[in-house]
Amino acid sequence: MYFTKILAFTAVILAAAPVTAEDLRSGGKLMLTNGVTSIEGSSGGGISTWALIAGNETSNGIGGSVHVSVIALPDYDWQSHGAAIGLFDKVELSYARQNFNTRDIGAALGIGQDYVLRQDVFGAKLRLLGDAVYGSPWVPQVAVGVQHKRTLDGWVAKAVGAKETDGTDFYVAASKLSLSTSILMGATARLTKANQNGLLGFGGDKNDDYAVQFEGTLGYQLSRCFVVGGEYRTKPDNLGVAREDDWFDLYAAYAITKNVTATAAYVDLGSIATVPKQRGAFFSLQASF
Amino acid sequence: MLLTTFAIIALQTAPAPAAEEPVDPYEMKDSNAGATPFAGTGMLEEFGGQDGLRRIVNRFVDANFADNSIGEIFAGHDQVRLRRVLFEQFCYILNGGCSYTGRDMKGAHRDMGVQHADMNRLVENLQRAMAAEGVSFAAQNRFLAKLAPMKRDVVER
Repeated sequence: MYFTKILAFTAVILAAAPVTAEDLRSGGKLMLTNGVTSIEGSSGGGISTWALIAGNETSNGIGGSVHVSVIALPDYDWQSHGAAIGLFDKVELSYARQNFNTRDIGAALGIGQDYVLRQDVFGAKLRLLGDAVYGSPWVPQVAVGVQHKRTLDGWVAKAVGAKETDGTDFYVAASKLSLSTSILMGATARLTKANQNGLLGFGGDKNDDYAVQFEGTLGYQLSRCFVVGGEYRTKPDNLGVAREDDWFDLYAAYAITKNVTATAAYVDLGSIATVPKQRGAFFSLQASF
Repeated sequence: MLLTTFAIIALQTAPAPAAEEPVDPYEMKDSNAGATPFAGTGMLEEFGGQDGLRRIVNRFVDANFADNSIGEIFAGHDQVRLRRVLFEQFCYILNGGCSYTGRDMKGAHRDMGVQHADMNRLVENLQRAMAAEGVSFAAQNRFLAKLAPMKRDVVER
């Protein structure tokens, strides 16, 4: 039932993607240089936020994207969908809804079988300088941004010891495609108090202060439409009852057309809500214009 | 007076095959190519030597003039001269034993109104032309790395 809904949503996205003819001009960005959509709705990789701006338009236009992503884990199903607009390749505004199905663990934790932890993420990103592709090879594209997260199941967050049910992350990100080596590099520093991205609230009994966390990515561009790589993301560990681990993934992103990018990844999200070894598969579809 | 003299000399010394239209005089130097050459012969070999490069340039120029979105930027420009100076520029950058006799990138693109999306379209046409000649993707990117810093001189804000 759950995945049926996701499939239906995916079908809607694909149907909504404009028909692409090779000769029609549809956004001016080079393929894949809009990135894919992260789990938090911002343009990036799968689990990290990058300095790229969503959508296919360049400094002369307004573009956008919609996405749906699923992470199938041994004990949970995590789904995210949302939309972003990119203004003149300068400003990105994004929204994502995350649904985290606790399946049997929900019953074990006493919150209910298949209880779904929901969260809204509102994002804004401003590109400050640089160009991910052009210009000096030594100057990356740099952006700053915020992600305001509001959990819709605050009572669960409070029950596990979170101090707040909404919070705001602040980040600075740098991204560069080194053409001479075909290597894609990215690094992000994030100020955050979020527990498991915010699904388990913000701050906790162990720590209630903002901490700087790091996100990094390395990729290799195999062709105009195909890139493979990995991401690493450090996480706070604020809750005494539920240890939190760093995240890691290995991804392959393929631009099926200029307007549709599919991403598949192996993800290791470590321990989530007392259940360790949450390693599984990430799939994402993004339609952009 | 001095300028006029220089102009006349420049015009007389500029190689001008029959079909090329005359251009305003300018100082000719390899640094006008806007990039330093690769070392060694590997990159030229990747491009199939001078013969392969000539096919790539011709295919690239054909594609740009025929392009639905950027063709109008090229329309009215001297195609014969473009083929020659583009070949020289690429050959010089690939360390293929050529001198570049064209204008610098800023002068060559002045008042053309090139936007970022146009530059990307041009890059795509070049990628297709290189791929058609069997240039590996990694080598395509290495070559594009030489061209990427030129964007600031080509694109008008």
